[in-house]
Amino acid sequence: MSEVSHREREQRARAAREKRAAFGPDLDLGKYEHAVEEQGYLADLSAVPADERQTLLDTGIVLDGTRQRSATFILKDQSPIHFSTKQEDVEVLSLSQALKTHDWLDQYLWRAIEVDADKYTAHVALEHTDGYFIRSLPGARTTLPVQACLYLGHKKLAQRVHNVIIAEENSELHIITGCSSHPMSTGLHLGVSEFYVKKGARLSFTMIHNWAPGVEVRPRSAAIIEENGVFMSNYLALKPVHAIQMYPSARCVGPNARARFNSVLVALQGSRIDSGSRILLDSPGSKGEIISRTISNGGEIIARGDIQGNAVDVKGHLECRGLILGESGMIRAIPELTGRLARVDLSHEAAVGKIAEEEVEYLMSRGLTRDQATAMIVRGFLKVDIEGLPPELDKEIQKAMEESEGELF
Amino acid sequence: MLEIENLSVAIGDKPILHDVCLSVPKGETHVLFGPNGSGKTTLLMAIMGFPRYRVITGKIWFLGQDITDLPMDERARLGVGMSFQRPPAVRGVKTRDILRSLDPNAGVQNEILEVARQLSLEELIDREINHGFSGGEIKRSELLQLFAQAPRLVLLDEPESGVDLVNMALVGQMTNRLLQKDLRRTRSRSGLIITHTGHILDYVNAIRGYVMIEGKLWSEGNPLDMLDCIKRSGYKECMSCQR
Ligand SMILES: Nc1ncnc2c1ncn2[C@@H]1O[C@H](COP(=O)(O)OP(=O)(O)OP(=O)(O)O)[C@@H](O)[C@H]1O
Ligand SMILES: [Mg+2]
Repeated sequence: MSEVSHREREQRARAAREKRAAFGPDLDLGKYEHAVEEQGYLADLSAVPADERQTLLDTGIVLDGTRQRSATFILKDQSPIHFSTKQEDVEVLSLSQALKTHDWLDQYLWRAIEVDADKYTAHVALEHTDGYFIRSLPGARTTLPVQACLYLGHKKLAQRVHNVIIAEENSELHIITGCSSHPMSTGLHLGVSEFYVKKGARLSFTMIHNWAPGVEVRPRSAAIIEENGVFMSNYLALKPVHAIQMYPSARCVGPNARARFNSVLVALQGSRIDSGSRILLDSPGSKGEIISRTISNGGEIIARGDIQGNAVDVKGHLECRGLILGESGMIRAIPELTGRLARVDLSHEAAVGKIAEEEVEYLMSRGLTRDQATAMIVRGFLKVDIEGLPPELDKEIQKAMEESEGELF
Repeated sequence: MLEIENLSVAIGDKPILHDVCLSVPKGETHVLFGPNGSGKTTLLMAIMGFPRYRVITGKIWFLGQDITDLPMDERARLGVGMSFQRPPAVRGVKTRDILRSLDPNAGVQNEILEVARQLSLEELIDREINHGFSGGEIKRSELLQLFAQAPRLVLLDEPESGVDLVNMALVGQMTNRLLQKDLRRTRSRSGLIITHTGHILDYVNAIRGYVMIEGKLWSEGNPLDMLDCIKRSGYKECMSCQR
């Protein structure tokens, strides 16, 4: 990339420094700390303290016996403290390291996401920011997932992360990312993630959020999917958080590209989640699906969904289902569909409500107590059938669900 | 086993059942006839304990215990089990989940899976319960759950409606097994079955029948004779045949 365009990018970011995000409460970045002491590199993962190890485990990150993972990346506060891969055809590096290794990588930065989207993207662009670089080489087939972990330890830190993920032509890549923080943290997480799915590649990205009641979360992610590529995002936010606002998008730019977002969100008392998914079907024959299951047990959830059909023979479906468990709490489902041509096929279904008493009673007539019946229905509600995930990931998702049940009943 | 004394039941403010008396001894199966809307389902739902079916007066005794005010799940655990006329679909919950919750014991679970096989439900038990089930599948799935529940009193609301001719034999035989036909002397399970067509009577040895009309139990007698009478001259005529 030329000096000119670098300068232009910086100018755009500067101009957006105060730009409010389209959604979510506006945050004063001045309230946070931005510089922390660098964390040293950890070659040996057994040096991670026991309490942090458990927090990581809750987000699907395993440090012992990493046999179930093909590669590992760990970032603490602002510093990548570990990255290693056991598979030759999967690269896992810190972004800063990768930029030194690959001179072509610069052109992938801020391509999926506009640098001046809002003050958060601008902030990440203007301050020195590291993150992970994960790339499956052409034709690579990994069924064991790559695990990446982002940990926010410092109390009032505005954690910045910039990740780039590339699935090269005809490769298959599965990633599980666990994001967590110290339980007493009052920090902010700003995560920019850019996904590039090349021709015929399949990329699944499973993200488990496990923040703390004081943490603000503003991820900014987007994917670009080429011909016959498949992008699948699974997002689970089941634990208390102060507020999450995100609206990841996927753009199908090649014929027959596919994108799917599954999200399972639980908002307990005091949590506010504003989460959406957007799919732009820009190429003939592309397909998109957005499925969300939300539960409020006193907290507030806005579940957005947006599918835009901009090419012929595209197909999109959006499904938002919300369950209100407590007496208070709020769920707002906002599904949007836009067709710009005759030959598009877009549909949605949305439903928000409490558990149907008739269903609870049916199970109670079999001898289940009200609590058991409710738990069975909620468990069933949260179970989104996710196709095409390797069993290791399926297991992690089930585990995260089971652990969250304790907080619902 | 089951004693019902002068039971009156309302749904909301609407009185449905009036002064119903009924007694089903241990090991016996009784049958309930009656026109559409007469209150048969209401009676079963009230025995099961659905809160929407409000007992105004009267009492329900089960195994010598007054269960009139007992919550439904406790009645179920005491041994009242019901097959529903139109059970709701429960999204995300599989029949297998319910079977497992009824009987966590793995060994017994295998017996239940064998029953599932005999009822041709092996594939169905991994689908969301009642969601998109055909009429006949619903009836067989209800029966399967009762096998897992192993209740002492079996309440069946039209177990044969929507069941095709071939499956009727299957449902009939399995119902018979549920009611411990082979046990003759030591039979301890009781049944109360609602039927319009009486097909189930070809399989089940029911010894007493009732006709319900407009929320009242009118006559009482041999179920097969009563069925004949109803077929010949209608429910109203049958009101006066016996009792
Ligand atoms: N929720 C309700 N609100 C008002 N009326 C109701 C309600 N549920 C049932 N009923 C009425 O109660 C009466 C008895 O209904 P019930 O279902 O017990 O009849 P049934 O004898 O089982 O009829 P069928 O042979 O058609 O199944 C009917 O008139 C019915 O419309
Ligand atoms: Mg009925």
